[in-house]
Amino acid sequence: MAQAHLIAISNVSFAYDRRPILTGINMVIPRGKVVAIMGVSGSGKTTLLRLIGGVVTPVSGEVRVAGQVVQGLDKHGVYELRRRMGMLFQFGALFTDLSVFDNVAFQMREHTDLPERMIRDLVMMKLHAVGLRGAHRLMPSELSGGMARRVALARAIALDPMLIMYDEPFTGLDPISLGVISNLIRRLNDALGATSIVVTHDVQEALELVDYVYYLSDGRIVAEGTPEEMRASTDPLVRQFVYGEADGPVPFQYPSRPFAEDLKILH
Amino acid sequence: MFGRSAIVNIRSIGHHTVDAVRRFGYASRFLALTIAGSGASFRRLRLLIRELYFTGVLSLIIVLVSGLFVGMVLGLQGYHTLQTYGSESALGVLVALSLVRELGPVVSGLLFASRAGSAMTAEIGLMKATEQLAAMEMMAVDPISRVVAPRFWAGVISMPLLAALFSAMGIFGGYLVGVVLIGVDEGSFWSQMNAAVDFRNDILNGVVKSFVFGVAVTWISLFEGYDAPPTAEGVSGATTRTVVTSSLAILGLDFLLTSFMFRGF
Repeated sequence: MAQAHLIAISNVSFAYDRRPILTGINMVIPRGKVVAIMGVSGSGKTTLLRLIGGVVTPVSGEVRVAGQVVQGLDKHGVYELRRRMGMLFQFGALFTDLSVFDNVAFQMREHTDLPERMIRDLVMMKLHAVGLRGAHRLMPSELSGGMARRVALARAIALDPMLIMYDEPFTGLDPISLGVISNLIRRLNDALGATSIVVTHDVQEALELVDYVYYLSDGRIVAEGTPEEMRASTDPLVRQFVYGEADGPVPFQYPSRPFAEDLKILH
Repeated sequence: MFGRSAIVNIRSIGHHTVDAVRRFGYASRFLALTIAGSGASFRRLRLLIRELYFTGVLSLIIVLVSGLFVGMVLGLQGYHTLQTYGSESALGVLVALSLVRELGPVVSGLLFASRAGSAMTAEIGLMKATEQLAAMEMMAVDPISRVVAPRFWAGVISMPLLAALFSAMGIFGGYLVGVVLIGVDEGSFWSQMNAAVDFRNDILNGVVKSFVFGVAVTWISLFEGYDAPPTAEGVSGATTRTVVTSSLAILGLDFLLTSFMFRGF
């Protein structure tokens, strides 16, 4: 029953101060799947991840993760839940004062009493999975953007999470690194038996990778479906996004006064 | 017209006051959370020792060199003034009391704010801007107890030690100029100092001052970093505010503490 879905979001609305960010969101993330949340910048995608992680609380509605209502948990409960989640931040968010090895070992040292020898083996295994075992001594400042993202990925999977969340994992990467990260997201998800949520606006990469897509616009889900359904969609909003058209339902121009008025052209 | 602009001005004063009170409340809550989350800093001493190194040991050079020069200047100026009254033998007392009571805690506090305080603000502000604190929180690790609390205690412990070293170095500077260079009698320099400096009234009060300055500067630095807007401009503004607010806090608190401690008993 409900356990088929790792995450169930029902009728969630969220606002910063009084500015609405998300309105009436209904969404389920099935176990074992890779699901994309897509939409233009500022459509509320990252806020959804923050709601799932219990960083912010919805104004109304309910976010359930693994059967637990996130906003019903106290700080200890939220922290317990987060230990079973991994998150990859947009630019990696590696701890700049720790080496690659120590970054990946961070959670193991914070949350477990494992002996250092075992931590070493585990860290090496995680780094091997992202192809960076040989870089374990480097500092984050010595890594390229793509390498930093992979180290952050190794760190996110350090405790074998049930859920991995990716916040714009493809931003600013060269095509090779982009392919590597995309490949890793799929492979790690399947190998760990985890569930993944990828927040992105990189349409082509995401459609190749994921099992299901939610398309967000102005804080609402305006379309959803498998990648094939999204590609075949006739909805003008989805078409504009998928095919990257400059103008359409999402206007090219920021709302403004008539052009003639701004140029002070008198009739 | 005048009436309207006056109302606007009064309203903006009101806004600033409400903002300042709210921010002070937020900062107080931050301090309370830091103290409540301090357990890990003492259970895992490695965290604290690392921060003691960055805050205390790396501030040593600037504090020791400044202490030496301040002491040397005190020696010169003190000698010139005391000589007028024929009491240059009291130079040791003048140097020691000025340093232990006032200059030691205040100047080392100001140096500590600009050297270690600004570094703390910038580091925490940048950790926030690069989402390192958010990442830590998502890893179920409380950034206040893991990042903020060890730095807080490192600052609170380092500051009195730095002030003591500053005073010691200053006294040595005064000795160098007064005794070695100018030729004041060495015996009276030390013996008068020994007789006039009281442990409780002078040294202990100096230690209390430097402890209070340590708490104030570290609290301000950490809060400014934690509260900084996550942009380059935000972090640079926060770093400037740390130095300005800490310096004013030190001078204000110094007056307050001095008026309680030295009432002419």
